[in-house]
Amino acid sequence: MNTKFTEILVGLFVCTGIAALFFIALQVSNFQALQNRASYTITANFENISGLKDNALISMAGVPIGRVSQIQFNAEDYNAIVSMRIDQQYANLPTDTSASIYTAGLLGEKYIGLSAGGMEEFLIEGSVIELTQSSLVLEELISQFLFNSSDK
Amino acid sequence: MISIRNLTFSRGERKIFDNISLDIMPHKITAIMGPSGAGKTTLLKLIGGQLSPDSGVIMVDGKNIHQLSRPQLYTLRKKMGMLFQSGALLSDMSVFDNIAFPIREHTQLPESLIRTVVLLKLNAVGLRGARDLMPSELSGGMARRVAMARAIALDPEMIMYDEPFTGQDPISLGVLVSLIATLNKTLHLTSIIVSHDVQETASIADYIYVLSHGKIAGQGTPKELADSDSEWVQQFMHGKADGPVPFHYPSDSLTADLFTY
Amino acid sequence: MNFLQVLGHTTLKSLAKLGRASLFFYSIMTVLPYVFMRPKLLIKQIFSVGVLSFWLIIISGLFVGMVIGLQGVYTLSTYGAEASLGIMVAASLVRELGPVVSALLFAGRAGSALTAEIGLMKTTEQLSGMEMMAIDPIKYIIAPRFLAGFISLPLLALLFSSLGILGGHITGVELLHVDAGSYWTQMQSAIDFYDDIVNGIIKSIIFAWIISWIALFEGYDALPTSAGISRATTRTVVNSAFAILFFDLLLTAIMFGST
Ligand SMILES: Nc1ncnc2c1ncn2[C@@H]1O[C@H](COP(=O)(O)OP(=O)(O)O)[C@@H](O)[C@H]1O
Ligand SMILES: [Mg+2]
Repeated sequence: MNTKFTEILVGLFVCTGIAALFFIALQVSNFQALQNRASYTITANFENISGLKDNALISMAGVPIGRVSQIQFNAEDYNAIVSMRIDQQYANLPTDTSASIYTAGLLGEKYIGLSAGGMEEFLIEGSVIELTQSSLVLEELISQFLFNSSDK
Repeated sequence: MISIRNLTFSRGERKIFDNISLDIMPHKITAIMGPSGAGKTTLLKLIGGQLSPDSGVIMVDGKNIHQLSRPQLYTLRKKMGMLFQSGALLSDMSVFDNIAFPIREHTQLPESLIRTVVLLKLNAVGLRGARDLMPSELSGGMARRVAMARAIALDPEMIMYDEPFTGQDPISLGVLVSLIATLNKTLHLTSIIVSHDVQETASIADYIYVLSHGKIAGQGTPKELADSDSEWVQQFMHGKADGPVPFHYPSDSLTADLFTY
Repeated sequence: MNFLQVLGHTTLKSLAKLGRASLFFYSIMTVLPYVFMRPKLLIKQIFSVGVLSFWLIIISGLFVGMVIGLQGVYTLSTYGAEASLGIMVAASLVRELGPVVSALLFAGRAGSALTAEIGLMKTTEQLSGMEMMAIDPIKYIIAPRFLAGFISLPLLALLFSSLGILGGHITGVELLHVDAGSYWTQMQSAIDFYDDIVNGIIKSIIFAWIISWIALFEGYDALPTSAGISRATTRTVVNSAFAILFFDLLLTAIMFGST
């Protein structure tokens, strides 16, 4: 076998392999979202986030606009502090925007849905969303329902 | 050049060498003869440091070869050429590259000079025209000659031939015999020929050791051995079927074997 | 009595072999830097180990992906969850099937060839011949092949997964009309670059190490006869397969066990 021919084929092989890596990274995974694209971080306190995970989607009107970057526990008021990284291109969220935790489908992943308010000022890096609606916990719902119905 | 003292070596239960001592003279052709399975190849591997003896000492060029570090052993091996029974050519390189291989690995010579050296070595074995063939395209005899060219590629001080004559046609046999003798003379080599071809070996050897059953059964110049009064040496040197060495592997008598059920 | 003897004998033999294999591995590691100085040797081996396995991997990946696409749609449609097909295809390929199946194919295609090649070189005294020319066969023959496996298999596994994901697209989206948008966006939101893809690549690097080690050692340690080589080749494929599946279980437990 001609050495030069071998070398060319090996070069092509390595290139296709690396192309496959790029394809998988950019087309298949959230690698793009992890890239330091211009973004700003806001936080929100939730009473209960059960099931929300790092990297969960943040959507507004069904459009993904960012991801959860960190989840912490606040020892003072026993709440969860969720940091959200929002794409810079969506920098015009009103300060009275509210955040709720939803489930995609009945059993799907948790995500945060934002709905815009009416204020003229916008959320900026470090802002805190005041209006939050916690995750629905199925067990609590059921027990509430049982409790209420036995009350009657 | 090489001296072997009280060498003992076993394969499993079997003692291949039992306390043998022998000397290889510099710039001479020494032949080591013996029937197949006597341990001739094994002896060459012991000298080359590929196998270690159970006991005894092998001195090559004044150094105990089994106490050398790996780099020292490799340095010493560059002075040894070895022609393997099968040729041992690297099957994925052409004849030319096979001979150039040790030169490229061990020297910094420019490619043009390597070409010259390789062609000269190939010319010496009469295969300059076969340089572009692959080892699989060579006959057994040609492969042996290419291997010979490779063995002398680094201009070694000594060279070990493992059965160089087996499987050669009469013409290349004659060529090989004189080639070994000429190389020895012109390059001032120390040669060791391992063989069981009595006539050819005796015609060029300066000194012969005959191995049998792990011992040295006889030694001397070809003439001394031919006139030896040892019955065993007589049988081996003259190729007689009867004698102290039985042709048959030890067994019950044929009648006993055939009629016992 | 006899049974105990056989057991003891087998254990001792296996331990001795493991010892030889470890020494062998150690000597490969010590000469590895040399290979980087001789890229020609490496390129030649990447060719015979990697490039020659290319089509096998590509075609297998495509077909495996197409099958997952079909099965996925049939299964998911029961729950009305066809939109999650992309997640199912990509997660199973990137985490498991890509590394594991390509490693199994690689062991059969390249591993067995390596064992046979090295075994034959031993039988024809090529390795001894090199030693007598003061050239270390570990350095010249073994190490480049080891490194070539190390480089090739992760690339092959990535190709396998990529083609599989495209295969899933062909059957799921083109054939069974799952929505293309949800196929890709759901995939992107569920597959994490570090957790899934990097871990998958780490798996295939470890598999490459196992297969190359087993294949080269079996060839190097083979009895220098034709029967010896054929047994060694079989052992390479069987032992590699066991080792791959075992380490896959172990690695999966470590990597994905915590979530
Ligand atoms: N690798 C080996 N393992 C076990 N026994 C061997 C091995 N190589 C050679 N032998 C045995 O050692 C003896 C001597 O072999 P060898 O030196 O090749 O003989 P010769 O070259 O004189 O024909 C033979 O009986 C052979 O069966
Ligand atoms: Mg022999």
